[in-house]
Amino acid sequence: MMAASWATIWISALGIAIGFSLGVPIAVASLRGRTWAAVYISFFRGVPMLVQLLLAYYALPFIGIDLPAIVAAVGTVGLCCAAYMGEILRGGFALVPKGGVEAARLLGLSPRQILLRIQLPIAVQAMRPAIINEAILIVKASSLISVVGILELTRSAQALASSTFEPLPSYALCGAIYLIINVSLSLLARGRLA
Amino acid sequence: MMQALQDSLVATAQGLPVTLFIWTASVALGMAGGFVVGALRFFSPWPLALPLSMAVEAVRGTPFLVQCFLLYFGGPFIGIDLAPLTAGLLALSVYGAAYFSEVFRAGFMAVPPGQLEVARMLGLSRFQAVLRIMLPVMALGVLPSLANLCVILIKETAVLSIITVPELTFRVQGVGTATFAFAETMLVLALVYWALAELTAWGARAAERRIERALAA
Repeated sequence: MMAASWATIWISALGIAIGFSLGVPIAVASLRGRTWAAVYISFFRGVPMLVQLLLAYYALPFIGIDLPAIVAAVGTVGLCCAAYMGEILRGGFALVPKGGVEAARLLGLSPRQILLRIQLPIAVQAMRPAIINEAILIVKASSLISVVGILELTRSAQALASSTFEPLPSYALCGAIYLIINVSLSLLARGRLA
Repeated sequence: MMQALQDSLVATAQGLPVTLFIWTASVALGMAGGFVVGALRFFSPWPLALPLSMAVEAVRGTPFLVQCFLLYFGGPFIGIDLAPLTAGLLALSVYGAAYFSEVFRAGFMAVPPGQLEVARMLGLSRFQAVLRIMLPVMALGVLPSLANLCVILIKETAVLSIITVPELTFRVQGVGTATFAFAETMLVLALVYWALAELTAWGARAAERRIERALAA
């Protein structure tokens, strides 16, 4: 179960990293009023993560895209996280003072530099609580990938429950580990904020 | 392919009422429970508020799937032997109540204390002040969060398919397994949920506008 906890942690971390990197262009496109960004955000926030996972795992092979289960799972978690991160960062970008952007432009920074060096750090700082909240949601959502047979925390608890015939302590322990991960995440956020 | 599409539409017709029932029931139960818990956490002294806060954190910090497993598979060992539908409804209501309680507590905290004091000075009892002054003021503020939670809860109903509740995902997935037409069935499933989520968000915006107008008048 210890090893499975690490699997949950790195799968979530990878999903959050993918979500964050894709969330930046989605937030920019969404601010510019691009239709694809609105559709993307609406789809990934409107469809249950479980259904997205089933779609990636069962349906993609039928249109010729055959991904290993772990890639499909982490990819789905990342794509879904990107929709939420896009929304969060969009709100963050709106808080960046216009003067700062103009000053950077006058100093000769390229639009790309302005985005990554000025706007993004300010947006992330402002939206830190929302970002940590999203990270916690992703740790919890990663439990769903047990359904496509990947050995992570929830799957290992299922295995323990069926081999010992003691589901109550197995799932209670599993829940406690999730709680420890998530409480540490929120403590980390609060510590940094202080 | 046509057969699989037809079958998934039939499965949708069978599963959708169950999904909608669990959703509305858990929103109602969760909101009622969440209001009580939120109010207790806000108004009661810490010996009562602290354990409640810890319980809420425990529910919010663990995956809904694990809570379902705990209740459905672990429950019988301590004498709670529930059918899938009942277990699913109970689990989702408790999960919803934890989140709703946070929304209501934040709503109570957002009402300026001065307004309550003025109401008390004008001769209203504490209960009247809360009922007549505090609740209307917080109602509008919490509305977007409540709507957001409703969308979250409809998505969580899909998780109940894993503990064999015969709702939408369970039914449509069954068609996929029976016909091997996973692509079509999963696509139908995704589209139905997408439509439901958009519909809820749209309804919430309409309700918000209406309440805003009513309060302004």
